[in-house]
Amino acid sequence: MVGSRAQIRRAKVLTWIALLLGACFAGLPVLWMVASSFKSNLEIFAYPPALVDNSFSFGAYLAVLGDPGQLRFFFNSYLVAILVTICTVVTSILAGYSFSRYDFRFKRFLTLTIIGVQSVPPITLMIPYFGLIVWLGLYNSYTALVLTYMVFTLSYAIIMMTGYFNTLPRDLDEAVMIDGGGSFVTLWRILVPISLPGIVSVGVYTFMLAWNEFLFALTLTRTNDMRTVPIGIHLLMGQHSFEWNQMMALSVLGSLPVLILFLLFQRYFIAGMSAGSIKG
Amino acid sequence: MLPYAYLSPTLALLSALTIIPIATVFLYSLVDNVIVNPNPPVFVGLDNYEEVLTNRKFRGALGNTFYFAIVSVVAHFIIGLSFALLLNTRLIGNKTKAFFRVIYILPWVFTASIIAILWRLLLNPHGVINFVLLELGFVQEKMEWLSDRDLALNAVTFINIWAGYPFYMVSFLAGLQGIPDDLYEAGRVDGANSWQLFRFITLPQLRPIIVSLALLDFIWTVHQFTLVWMTTGGGPMRSTEVLSTYTYKAAFSSHEYSIASTLAMIILAICTFIGIFYVRNQRMADE
Repeated sequence: MVGSRAQIRRAKVLTWIALLLGACFAGLPVLWMVASSFKSNLEIFAYPPALVDNSFSFGAYLAVLGDPGQLRFFFNSYLVAILVTICTVVTSILAGYSFSRYDFRFKRFLTLTIIGVQSVPPITLMIPYFGLIVWLGLYNSYTALVLTYMVFTLSYAIIMMTGYFNTLPRDLDEAVMIDGGGSFVTLWRILVPISLPGIVSVGVYTFMLAWNEFLFALTLTRTNDMRTVPIGIHLLMGQHSFEWNQMMALSVLGSLPVLILFLLFQRYFIAGMSAGSIKG
Repeated sequence: MLPYAYLSPTLALLSALTIIPIATVFLYSLVDNVIVNPNPPVFVGLDNYEEVLTNRKFRGALGNTFYFAIVSVVAHFIIGLSFALLLNTRLIGNKTKAFFRVIYILPWVFTASIIAILWRLLLNPHGVINFVLLELGFVQEKMEWLSDRDLALNAVTFINIWAGYPFYMVSFLAGLQGIPDDLYEAGRVDGANSWQLFRFITLPQLRPIIVSLALLDFIWTVHQFTLVWMTTGGGPMRSTEVLSTYTYKAAFSSHEYSIASTLAMIILAICTFIGIFYVRNQRMADE
């Protein structure tokens, strides 16, 4: 950078102003969510509004956590998201290995199909899924959610896993093969352990997609004991009186898993997020 | 056979849950009296398509969908790139940048139904946004952001903009860090100013990412359902009706499954059309 001190100083001040304005745009709504979750429902629309007022309490959180029905939403969300993550990771490791290490007849066609699946709208599949899932006797079951979510997690996961395996030298697996190990052994003993960063990216990204899913959770489950967190929030909204503070508390609690995952695995998260769209 | 064996779980799942369902929904769109109708199904050819395409409600939803998607994509691009450039500057320390990066990424941590409920609180006529705008004198009265038919579509689009820009920002950050410094140095030697460096080095280098992101985001926004459904449900007076909410209502409120399937096929056609460009762009990035 060439420029006088005064110019650099001015640029710095402008950058700071822009940074703070951006932070307000991104962060203030979230701050308001957290603040509202500690208010009483009567104070939510108090005039003039205050970030913290004298109704401050953990009441909304206690109400959510003390309600077995709402805890069940969390249990369901965790269970489904974890199952989807495990199934997606295993399936995508197998598929990624195949795409990365073998040449076969329909490889190009299958790769393009898997990339193409990303553009299939969930709403298109909703009507036939409804019929198919009922016909299979899976309506209102965890299996229905796990299978249908995987359609949307798998294509990203496979693209990411193939990309990761492609960065590993082939000499590695060839050395094991010469020593008499089969391809399956090579994959699980050699490639999987050194691909851990890639696998974590896939896992974190899959968990997040599954945790957030809404449309299928809404249409493929019926009873409240099968509902997930996003649907739980939808149900709270459908009630006669809006318990805003409880909805905000449920939102904060429902976002914590993804936030914690994000803070722990930020690097992997960002790698995973961009891999799906950039490289292919 | 080995590569196919490794692919078999993927192929089984994808054929059972994408290819067969798409074939089914296409079939439904050609037939009347499907699913919950006591009358026997009748093959009607493309009649359902004619009925949908000449319907005023459909045209309204189509227009809203494109407005929603195009404004969102453009705004996502501008905000995402601006924030990425801010976070990539050398004027600010790395710790500070890491802190702001976490704040800027925040909207992306929240699922669509939470974003919807949060903005219903913020945009409530008695809510904090109206308070601030009134105090600053930008509006003269409490605005019904989500229940005024002249404002609702823009309000929902704004919420979607807030929710979606971090994806661009993060991808652009990765892209910016991949641009070699030599290029900028060569540019400076040639006497280029910051705008020219941005225009002739940064933008062209980011081009493949920009194209991918915009196409993918356009597809996602065209089939966005949750956010619209949970903020306005398509109302008031269908002013925020998009193709996905219209399809959902046709299926689960009116039980017109043939019409819903036809709508679903039209959304698929739009997304596939964009998807072809996306796949081609990905392929070029690979080679």
